[in-house]
Amino acid sequence: MTFSPALESRFEKLLTIYPPGRQRSAVVPMLLYAQDEIGSVTPELVEEVAKRCGVQPLQVDEVIGYYSMLHRKPLGKYHVQVCTNISCLLVGGEELYEHAKKTLGIGNKEVTPDGLFSIEEVECMGACSWAPAIEVNYDFHHFVTPEKLDRLIEDLRKAK
Amino acid sequence: MLFNEPNPLETKVLTKRFHLPDSASIDTYLAHDGYQAFLKAAQMAPEKIVEEVKLSSLRGRGGAGFPTGLKWSFVPRTSPKPKYLICNADESEPGTCKDRLLMENDPHQLIEGMMIGGLAVDGHKGYIYVRGEYRYLIEKLDKAIDEAYARGWLGKNIQGTGFDFDCYTHSGAGAYECGEETALLDSIEGKRGIPRMKPPFPAVAGAWAFPTLLNNVETYSAVPNIIRDGGAAFAALGTPKNGGTRLLCLSGHVNKPGVYEVPLGYPMLEFIEKFGGGVRGGKKLKAVIPGGSSCPVLRAEECDIAMDYDTLAKAGSMLGSGGMVVMDEDTCMVKAMVRIMRFYAHESCGWCIPCREGTIWLRKSLQRVHDGGGVARDIDMIDELAKNMLGRTFCALGDAAAMPTISFVKKFRDEFEAHLDGKPCPYEHSREAALV
Amino acid sequence: MSELVTLTIDGKTVQAAPGTVIINAAKQAGIEIPSFCYYEGLKSVAACRMCLVEVEKTPKLQVGCTTPVAEGMVVHTDSPTVAGARKGMVEFLLGNHPLDCPVCDKGGECELQDMAFRYGAGESRFVEMKVHRDEQQWSPVVYFDAPRCILCYRCVRVCDEGMGVNALGIINRGAIAEIAPNEHDHLNCDECGMCIDICPVGALTSGMYRYKTRPWEMDHVGTICTHCSNGCKTTLGVRNNQIIRGNNRDRSGINGEFLCIKGRYAADFTEHPERLQTPLIRKNGKLESASWSEALSTVGRRWNEIGEGGGKFGVIGSTRTSNEENFFLQKFAREVLGTNNIDHHRTGDVATLLDSLSGRQDALATTQDIYERKAVLIVASDLSQEQPFLAWQVRANARHHGAHIYTVTPGPVREGKIAVKSVISPEGQELQGAESLRELLKAEPELAILFGAAVKGDSIRQLVAFGDSLGIPVKYVALLDYSNSRGALDMGLLPDLGPGYRALETPGLSIDQMLADEALDALWVVGANPLSRYTLASQKAFVVVQDLFLTETANRADVVFPAASAYEKTGTVTNVCGEVQRLKQAIRVTGTKTDLEIIGLLAKELGANIGIWLADKVFAEIRASVPGYNVPLPVITTGGAAQTAAVNGHVPFLPRPDLIQSARNTLFTSGSLGRYSKSLEQVLEAPGALYQGN
Repeated sequence: MTFSPALESRFEKLLTIYPPGRQRSAVVPMLLYAQDEIGSVTPELVEEVAKRCGVQPLQVDEVIGYYSMLHRKPLGKYHVQVCTNISCLLVGGEELYEHAKKTLGIGNKEVTPDGLFSIEEVECMGACSWAPAIEVNYDFHHFVTPEKLDRLIEDLRKAK
Repeated sequence: MLFNEPNPLETKVLTKRFHLPDSASIDTYLAHDGYQAFLKAAQMAPEKIVEEVKLSSLRGRGGAGFPTGLKWSFVPRTSPKPKYLICNADESEPGTCKDRLLMENDPHQLIEGMMIGGLAVDGHKGYIYVRGEYRYLIEKLDKAIDEAYARGWLGKNIQGTGFDFDCYTHSGAGAYECGEETALLDSIEGKRGIPRMKPPFPAVAGAWAFPTLLNNVETYSAVPNIIRDGGAAFAALGTPKNGGTRLLCLSGHVNKPGVYEVPLGYPMLEFIEKFGGGVRGGKKLKAVIPGGSSCPVLRAEECDIAMDYDTLAKAGSMLGSGGMVVMDEDTCMVKAMVRIMRFYAHESCGWCIPCREGTIWLRKSLQRVHDGGGVARDIDMIDELAKNMLGRTFCALGDAAAMPTISFVKKFRDEFEAHLDGKPCPYEHSREAALV
Repeated sequence: MSELVTLTIDGKTVQAAPGTVIINAAKQAGIEIPSFCYYEGLKSVAACRMCLVEVEKTPKLQVGCTTPVAEGMVVHTDSPTVAGARKGMVEFLLGNHPLDCPVCDKGGECELQDMAFRYGAGESRFVEMKVHRDEQQWSPVVYFDAPRCILCYRCVRVCDEGMGVNALGIINRGAIAEIAPNEHDHLNCDECGMCIDICPVGALTSGMYRYKTRPWEMDHVGTICTHCSNGCKTTLGVRNNQIIRGNNRDRSGINGEFLCIKGRYAADFTEHPERLQTPLIRKNGKLESASWSEALSTVGRRWNEIGEGGGKFGVIGSTRTSNEENFFLQKFAREVLGTNNIDHHRTGDVATLLDSLSGRQDALATTQDIYERKAVLIVASDLSQEQPFLAWQVRANARHHGAHIYTVTPGPVREGKIAVKSVISPEGQELQGAESLRELLKAEPELAILFGAAVKGDSIRQLVAFGDSLGIPVKYVALLDYSNSRGALDMGLLPDLGPGYRALETPGLSIDQMLADEALDALWVVGANPLSRYTLASQKAFVVVQDLFLTETANRADVVFPAASAYEKTGTVTNVCGEVQRLKQAIRVTGTKTDLEIIGLLAKELGANIGIWLADKVFAEIRASVPGYNVPLPVITTGGAAQTAAVNGHVPFLPRPDLIQSARNTLFTSGSLGRYSKSLEQVLEAPGALYQGN
């Protein structure tokens, strides 16, 4: 399996920053960075990461279901993560989540037919004082209202 | 970048550079005391650095509030083994969003804090374990690290001090449990984030079984200030045994939610009024979670209290991670508890039975009670389930789920009772009205 | 020895060594602290929280399995708080458990049932749906039912620590966390079933046993595994004259709870459809069913004719038949047939080892020694594949005692992963390999050397000289193939040595000579299959075979007697370390007879008296006449093992190192017998290969 030059060089660096013989440490970051590039954690990726880090594929399998950001199925191009945890809940996070599902016509962890969007109800993402908050891929959006969300989705749809 | 207006009443120590243009750059940092504390520390005996941190009465800002200087003194600095520094930037406690700001607006302060830790424990490699959701911060930190290398503030023989230090970021991938320090160690080793048995403590056998100094972002970020101005000066900012300032994350039903830096011991009600601009919509205060969702809740009448570790502990709660959640009179406390328990059930690593099963059955039972499917004995059952978790789980996550539950049931039992026997949630209507 | 710590548990004063955890200190005092995840010999994980106890002056309940005792500690294991905590834990455990006990294999011997009965509440307070997941089949041997699993991680640990295989992991998180196999949806492992055996609930069940019976419907017969030479005790679960499983949960044998796939599941050859259940006589060139009396008289008549005509007899014995049968067979051959033409498939050069040691009886290692010796050197064996229990002992020794392990093998072996040093030496160059370890070995306080069949003849003498030159106490094991390979040697199934390695004045023909002898008149093969390796030169030979199956050899026979297997008889066998243990009859297969009885009946047919064919009587004769076999009867008869010391001096034998040949069985092969075990045949890993490092 080959990756983009940028990702390859990131992997290369990851394998050098941990103490000698401790390359297993690179497993989780590698999976996440690779998922960003190829869309999901595929069986090939599991084998590849296992090989590169010198571990058994089972040891890679073990972490995939453990870390909630790792997905075996592809997500939308824009993964809309809506926080409904306590601080967001108090100021409309749940309503925002319901609104997002309705606007995009999909449920939790589902992808729109065009593959553009997916939704996930997520736990606290560290934006409590600026709630309700969402994260689209890795971009934070604060003080989000249903109207703001609709505009954002519209913009992303245009930008593709 | 700042997401809320600063407040003139803040005591800006860790955040003092936040308002500067390009505050994250090394130039800004160097122009405003940056890395001077490191140079000072490099001239100090390691024991003296630890002494200074002890003097500051700095306590862990991640949530547990353990005295930082004492923790530093546990690392066997003369051991022939390599010693590692880890920064816990897995900020995940609901209600908490301060480490984000520290990494975003002043990453060099954090790096410098870790370097001083390195001097103190003879450690030469530091890893910043950043939660996966904070990818943009990893990029910002990587940029800051690159700058520091380029300018000779990281790497070999830093500024002629003879001290070597390397610093790296390490991405998590979504797991609250990895904020628990031993689970974080397993995670950084590439495993599932399962907490470890203690002893041995991380100071003795931590990352890769080597002695490890592990602190929160805010804790490390306080260190350059302590070394620069002296431990005593930092301590004097707060109350006895509760040195310095804290970044409090105010959220929920207030007019001006935001992260504000105040001295330890600041009065809670005054904070809500003067910083938060009071409860939103002129409503009455019902309850406050003082330090992140794991802390026992305080009723409004209990909120006339100084915010430091010991005072809150005496009141049966905790200062925790500084995530302060304000709830007004229209808040359904059962619903709030359901949501909190959903979080812990989602985040339980599953290692030990009481946490794994306790959180999920509490979640289900609480949801049922909220939805009107509860009967009288369910309230006692919820209380009992939580009590059977408290102090009996492998790590503190079970306690974190149990403590709020016990306090919610104890302090708002009437609200639980109002949901029983098929009755609809009494707050549904008013909450919808409030949102319109 | 450090001072003992004195503490109080439930009012009893208890003394324990420093570092002892509370759960074990309590056990010493006869107080049981319940637990699921704590398992003696495996790392503690403190996950189940059943063992919480009250320790005075500590605010929280303490974990009994990880909290060490301390001087003056006062522990309460039965206070209302502790009882409440246990009740709560059981409630949590049963929350997502399907409670399908009526159809669960584990029902009746389930630790969760026992705990719920003793410590649990009488009612269930949860009303919501349980988390359901479908059952998975991971191999023909291993099935996994996730909802029943309580996540005690015993299986994960026994596979990793105990077996060194590490085929099980944990996937997902929280309430849906579950155990997973190493090949995503199936296992690639030893298929030993240790994970199933150690599972306290019915989460891991075996494809061989599942849904066949309830535990209480079985008889449990503790006998010795008939496959490899290690001599594991296997407790056979028998119902309606059928062996349904093997296990050793009571840790009553030398092997503790260890068993490999052969000891646990490969008893199924007993019910193979091709099992012989009637004597066969060759008529018009074809083997046809016959009565026992006809078959016996046919043999008696022919043997009399051959004997009277001064004909030449050859006798080949077995590596799986009992000591009594072997003793009886050689006695028959020597006293009735008057021949020393007797031999068997020699799988290790024990005679040279005994001769080299010339009576140094403390130089023969027991299986326990392999667990306790401070250093172990493995030469020319893929121990985990060929000698699974000895490999278990080596791993446990390294884990529990920090023993230093060394290997000298022609390819990678599993023990290499825990070895201080591993040397790859091609076959024939083992001594050079060992020599390269000289300095390291000299620094050890003591050593056990286990060597495979490739080290034979003079190589053994050199190896012993090497051991002597280290200047430390060294014990040896000459590794062998089968359950009574050692007994066959000790009982004198050899042309040049009688029972107890006694020299014979006129040696007979060895196995290869007999088969190559065109003048051979009669060949009698008991429980062996020499024609799988040799051809029979004599066209005229009258061939009599006693076996379970129509093997290559039986196919050439003139008369075939259907024999009983080791699980169908009593008697004794001697394992690779010379430990004598007793077989107990588990089942009876219609139409068969034990080899002892067949030999006795043939003697009777010839009008000869070689004694009564009762195993106990023959064993009494062995104890009286075979050096080293005067083992303590109470030990043997109560299911224990006693090491023999068969020789006390030089062994004047005819060196035939060329005859020493191991069959190189893997975990999934077992000579001719293994071909008739569905369990061994059907696993994906079969037949396996040596020196793959796994």
